[in-house]
Amino acid sequence: MSSIEVGGKSYETDEEGYLVNLAEWDMEVANYIAQTENISMTEQHWEVVNFLREYFEEYQIAPAVRVLTKAIGKKLGAEKGTSEYLYGLFPYGPGKQACKIAGLPKPTGCI
Amino acid sequence: MADITAPAYREFPIIPVLKPGSMEGKGPFVASDKINEAVGFPGHLVDDWHDKAIAKMGELLSKYRSFKVFMDACVHCGACTDKCHYFIGTQDPKNMPVARQDLMRSVYRRYFTLPGKLFPKLVGARDLTREVLDEWFNYYHQCSECRRCSVFCPYGIDTAEITMAAREILDSIGYGQKYSNEIIGKVHKIGNNLGLPGPALLDTLEGLEEDVKDAIGIDVRFPIDVKGAEVLLITPSADFFAEPHIDSLIGYAKVFHASGTSWTLSSMASEAGNFGMFIGNYEQLRKIALRIREAALELGVKRIVVGECGHAWRVAYSFWNTLSGVGDGAGEVDRFAQMLQKQLDHRYKQPTHICEFTWDLIERNALTFDKSLNDKHIITFHDSCNVARGSRMGDLPGGQFEIPRNIIKAVANNFVEMAPNTTREQTFCCGGGGGVLTDDLLELRVKGALPRMEVLKQSVDEHGVNFMATICAICKAQFTKVLPIYGFDRKMVGGVHQLVSNAIQLGQK
Repeated sequence: MSSIEVGGKSYETDEEGYLVNLAEWDMEVANYIAQTENISMTEQHWEVVNFLREYFEEYQIAPAVRVLTKAIGKKLGAEKGTSEYLYGLFPYGPGKQACKIAGLPKPTGCI
Repeated sequence: MADITAPAYREFPIIPVLKPGSMEGKGPFVASDKINEAVGFPGHLVDDWHDKAIAKMGELLSKYRSFKVFMDACVHCGACTDKCHYFIGTQDPKNMPVARQDLMRSVYRRYFTLPGKLFPKLVGARDLTREVLDEWFNYYHQCSECRRCSVFCPYGIDTAEITMAAREILDSIGYGQKYSNEIIGKVHKIGNNLGLPGPALLDTLEGLEEDVKDAIGIDVRFPIDVKGAEVLLITPSADFFAEPHIDSLIGYAKVFHASGTSWTLSSMASEAGNFGMFIGNYEQLRKIALRIREAALELGVKRIVVGECGHAWRVAYSFWNTLSGVGDGAGEVDRFAQMLQKQLDHRYKQPTHICEFTWDLIERNALTFDKSLNDKHIITFHDSCNVARGSRMGDLPGGQFEIPRNIIKAVANNFVEMAPNTTREQTFCCGGGGGVLTDDLLELRVKGALPRMEVLKQSVDEHGVNFMATICAICKAQFTKVLPIYGFDRKMVGGVHQLVSNAIQLGQK
């Protein structure tokens, strides 16, 4: 197991830098992970990250891409409820990259 | 990840210049103790791994006659050498199918043949050292078990079976791959590869009902756990979760709606995929398949239909009968298999591929399409390896090639083929099959996609192709990831039932 140090605090991660303990997540570590992914967090990024965390809390899994786009569309306007918008924010794929920043486990499978 | 770039297209698809050692390395992530133990494997490499590995190899040689024949039969003729997409893309000579086999064959000779026991150096036999074991782990995770090489082998040697045997040996000594074993654990624990729990699945399906209603104004249902439904749909969990997969799920639902078929999904068996095959482990293969039998018995369905998933269809078509009693051939003493045999309606194929289901309706003129709704697409079809070389569809040889193409032609006006030496039984793997669809193998995946990308590029340049249809969740996910790296739009790939969904007219018949 690896770990990352942010602001004097240590966070356990897996081989790919996903947090192991969901509960340890905070904004500092989110900002740090985002940096390592070459993303500087804006209000738009936080909207997505916060939604992911809320959804995860309820369902114990990240939302399907379609659920995510729909929720963002409802919240921020239909023009933002598209996968293009999300890929714009998280170029490596909204599923995996945004989950990593949100401190959620990586969705794996045939995706 | 960002530094992975696509290899250059070859001017002529000739045998590439060799780059020995170009793919040497540690291989994919090794499964942790927790992941391994959850599926019943030793947590980490056991102390007596050497003896255990040789014993396991002996067990497999006695159990699988094919494996022994493949170890003995190769004459090194070289017919397979340039047929592997990973060899073409990586130029590493150890990715030639014959070389991949020889990683195992050299050890087989040392421990299981007389000349190898007596004069190892003379017959290319070698001891199973830690270096050899690590080499196995690395290179047996650079094979997607696509079986293209076996089409060209004059002896019919199936490298996929050797890869499966290698992975089975590795798992038995606690040296498994994280990606596959973690996913198998999730199937057992939660019911699908993604780890999508029941409530999330319900929420997603309800969302889809709303979306379809908004889009076309018709209530198309996505039922789950409905007892007494006629059809149980078993589909890859990516169909609930990922793009473009979900568009095909909408397509299946519309076909069921249009034909008035009562159908259901199952929260217990919410996964068609069976990674037990990828790791060559019969017990896992069977255990995963049995969830489907359990769901079918509980729901009392008459038919089992399988969604767009390549290796799932190979497992369903070729192995479900003896594994679970779906299809003819269940053991006489297997009570639940016999029970399921009685329950299913044998006027239909058991199992039925969703493409067979839809094509049958089209042939009976039971569906209406507005083909012009697909006019924005110039479509080609990518045959998925496990469907092409591990199964069949319909009543005629080659049905697995014709039926998906026939559906596309029935729902769209513009269809063109890719180069014939890269389609049907000679199709190239997408580069992500067989348990390598993981970020830690992205370089391999990008390089392995080269042969398919070359012929796609040709179709784009010559015919303006802008949509590549396929019937496999892995192909869809792999292409979505690698297409942009080759300069294409990720949305160029999609399912056959995505095209069906675009064109089908509901409420017309």
